[in-house]
Amino acid sequence: MIKSALKWTAAISVASALLASSALAARTDLTVGVRLEPPHLDPTAGAAAAIDEVVYANIFEGLTRIDESGAVKPALAESWTISEDGKSYIFKLHDGVKFHDGTDFNADDVVFTLDRARGETSVNAQKALFEPIESVTALDPLTVEVKLKRPTGSMLFNLGWGDAIMVAPESAETNKTNPVGTGPFKLGKWVKGDSIALTKNPDYWGEAAKLDKATFKIIADSAAALSALMAGDVDAFPIFAAPEMLPQFEADPRFKVVIGTTEGETVLSTNNAQKPFDDVRVRKAMAHAINRKALIEGAMFGYGTLIGSHFAPHNPAYVDLSGVYDFDLAKAKALLKEAGLENGFKARLHLPPTDYARRSGLIIASDLKKVGIDLEIINVEWGQWLKQVFKGKDYDLTIVSHTEPMDIGIYARDDYYFQYKNADFNATIEELNATSDEAKRTELLHKAQKKLNDDAVNGFLFQLAKTGVWNAKLKGLWANAPVQANDLTKVEWMD
Amino acid sequence: MIAYSLRRLVSLCLTLIAASLFVFAVMEILPGDPAELILGINAQEDTLAALREQLGLNLPLTERYWIWITGMLSGDFGTSYTYSVPVTELIGERLTVSLPLALIALLLSTLIALPLGILAAGNHNKWPDISLIGATQFGIAVPNFWFAMLLVLVFAVTLRWFPSGGFPGWEAGILPCLQALVLPSIALALPQASILARIMRSSMLEVMHEDYMRTARAKGLTFTQTLKRHGLRNALIPVVTILGLQFSFLLAGTVIIENVFSLPGLGRLVFQAINQRDLITVKAVIILLVATVIVVNFLVDLTYALIDPRLHRRRQS
Repeated sequence: MIKSALKWTAAISVASALLASSALAARTDLTVGVRLEPPHLDPTAGAAAAIDEVVYANIFEGLTRIDESGAVKPALAESWTISEDGKSYIFKLHDGVKFHDGTDFNADDVVFTLDRARGETSVNAQKALFEPIESVTALDPLTVEVKLKRPTGSMLFNLGWGDAIMVAPESAETNKTNPVGTGPFKLGKWVKGDSIALTKNPDYWGEAAKLDKATFKIIADSAAALSALMAGDVDAFPIFAAPEMLPQFEADPRFKVVIGTTEGETVLSTNNAQKPFDDVRVRKAMAHAINRKALIEGAMFGYGTLIGSHFAPHNPAYVDLSGVYDFDLAKAKALLKEAGLENGFKARLHLPPTDYARRSGLIIASDLKKVGIDLEIINVEWGQWLKQVFKGKDYDLTIVSHTEPMDIGIYARDDYYFQYKNADFNATIEELNATSDEAKRTELLHKAQKKLNDDAVNGFLFQLAKTGVWNAKLKGLWANAPVQANDLTKVEWMD
Repeated sequence: MIAYSLRRLVSLCLTLIAASLFVFAVMEILPGDPAELILGINAQEDTLAALREQLGLNLPLTERYWIWITGMLSGDFGTSYTYSVPVTELIGERLTVSLPLALIALLLSTLIALPLGILAAGNHNKWPDISLIGATQFGIAVPNFWFAMLLVLVFAVTLRWFPSGGFPGWEAGILPCLQALVLPSIALALPQASILARIMRSSMLEVMHEDYMRTARAKGLTFTQTLKRHGLRNALIPVVTILGLQFSFLLAGTVIIENVFSLPGLGRLVFQAINQRDLITVKAVIILLVATVIVVNFLVDLTYALIDPRLHRRRQS
C-alpha cells in the first residue's frame, strides 16, 4: 500500500516537473490572423496591402525601412551620404548579407532592383517613386551610388516602401510564388486560401527573429475572426475589422486591445472644379456642417482620430488643425448665403463598397441636409469607382480613405481627381521635394497642411484607427501602421 | 438507351458553348480593369499598359475568346491575373476542399433524410410524422450561417472539440482534415436534409396511395414488402432530382459557410476573384459550374432511366 502510494507520488511529481518545464519555455510559434489573402508574394508587382502585410520586413528588406513611428531607419544599407546639391546618394551596404537561396546580396542586386522597378516593362504599382532616379551605379560590391534628376527630399522614405524591396536577378521573376528575400523569415508553406507559414531564417545577417515559426491565417469574416481568437486558434489580429466586437475582448483578460493610427486619411473627396464646389465658401460651409465627432461615433464606433488636413497624426510633422472648422450650422448657413446658395443645392455622393464609406455617407448626407444640401447617394463597386470617379472625375463628392504613406503631394497633381489647382501649394510641395533637411521639411509640411485646411479642399473627416487584438502575453507587435505591414521581427512571447 | 444518351450529350455540348459565349460577354461588359485593380490608384499609364500586355488584355475580343476557348479544350484555363498561377491549379486545390465538403454534406443529409422521410410517411399523422414536420420546418427556416456560428460557439469555442475554422490541407493527414470539415458539413446538411426529408415523405405518401400498391397488398404482401418491392423505387424519383440540384448548389453555393469557417473552397475563390477582377478565374469557375450542373442533370436523367425504365422508353416513343 505504502509502496504504491510512493510510486504514485513519484510519478505525479515527475509529471508535474515536466509540465512546469514545458510551461516555462516560452512559445516560439505565432498565428496571426489577416483578412485578405495576398494574391501573390511579390510587393514589387502589385498594390495589394495584403502582400506587404505578410512579407514586409519579414521576408523582404529594402535599403531603408520604415519603423513603427513612420521614421526612416537603415536596413540593408547600413549608412548613406547625400551630396550637397541633394542629387547624389551613396549607400554603404551591410556586409555578409545573403538571400534565402544562399546567394550573396551586393551592389549589383541594388542596381538590378532599382533599374527593374523604373524600367520600361516595369509593373511596379508605385513606379512614380523611382521616377526621380537618373542612374544607379555599383561603385564596389558594397557601395552604390544613386544619382537623381533633381533633389528629392522623400527619397530615403520612398526606398523604405514595400515596392522598393531588394530582389535578386535569379529569383525576381518567381518571387510571386516563391519569394526569395534577405529577411529574418523564409517562406515555409502556403496553403492557398488558408494560411501562409514563415519559418525563421537561420542565416539572417542581423538580429535573429525570436519566433521559429509564424503563420498568417486568412480569415475574412469578422465573426469567424472572433471565434478563432476565442478558441485560441489564432493569437493575434493586428487589424481587427469589426470595431463593434472590440468590447468583448476588452473585457477578457486573455486579450489586449490596442488602438493605433494608420496612414488612412478618410476624406469627403470634393470635385473642386465642379460647381458649386469651386467656391471655397461652399467647401467651408460643408466643413462646418458635418458633425465629425458624431460621425466617428456613428460610423466607426468611436475609433478614429479627427483630422483637419491630409496628414497622419502620428507623424512628427503633424499639425493639429482638427478644430478649425467646428460644427456650427449657423456659420455654415451664413457661408452658403454669402455664396448665393441660401436655398441649398443638389449633389451626388458616390460611395465605394467599404463599411466606413457607406456608413459615413449616410451620416454626412443627413448632416448636410440640415443646411439645405441634398445629396443623392450612389453606391458603386471599386471597378466603377476607379473608372468614373477616380479616372473620369465624373463626380461631385465621394468618401475614401487614402492609405498611401506621406501622400500630401497628390494635391499638387493637376490631373488628380480632387481637381484642386493652386500655384502656392504646388510651389510648397516642389520645395519640399527638393529639400532633405529635416527641419526645413517639417516647416514646409506644416505650411502645406495649413494651406489644404485653409482651402477646405476636401472634407477632412478622420484618420482610420488601427484596431488590433492579440494575446496579452505577446510583445512586439506594432500598434500603429505607418506602412501596411505586420513586422514580426521583434515579436516574442512573455511568460 | 444509347441513342437517348447520345442525344442528351449533343444538347449538353451546345449548352456549354452557349454558356461560354454568355459568360465571356458578361465579363467583358462589367466595368473594372484587372490591371488597375492589381496596381492600385497610384499606377502610371505606362505601367498599366505593360501589365495589360503581360496579361494579354490588349488583344481584340474575338482573339481573346478564341484563345480562351481553345485553351480550355486542351485543359488550359489560362493563368490567374492576380495569383499568377494556372487557373486549373487554383481550381484543383479548391476542389480538394469543396468536393469532399459537398459529398460529406450530401451523404449526411441523405442518411438523415431518407429514413426519417420514410418513417414519417409510414406513420402518417402520428407523432413521428408530426414531429418531423416541425423539425424540418425549423431546419429550413434557420439561416445556415447562424446555425454554423452556433456550432462554432458550442463545439469550437466552448468545448474545443473541433477547430473554429480553416483547413490544414490533405498532406497534413486525413484526420485533421475531416475534423475541419465536420462542422461545416453539418451546417450545410441541415437545411438540405430538411428539404429532402419532406420530399421523401410526400413522395412516399403519394406512392402509397397508388393502385399498384393496393394490388400488391391485396396479393398478400406485407406493408414493408410492398414498400421494398414497389414503393421505394418510385418514390425515389423526385428525391434524386432534388439530390442532383443540391449537389450543384453545394459545390459553389457555399460562400457563406466557407466564410464562417474560413475554408478555402471554390465558393470563396469565385467571391475573391470577382472582387479582384480576376476575370479569367471567374470565367473558368463559372464554366466549370455550368458544366457540373449540366452533367449532373444528365446523370440524374440516366438514373431515372435505371430506376424506372418506362421513363426513357416513353420519351423514345
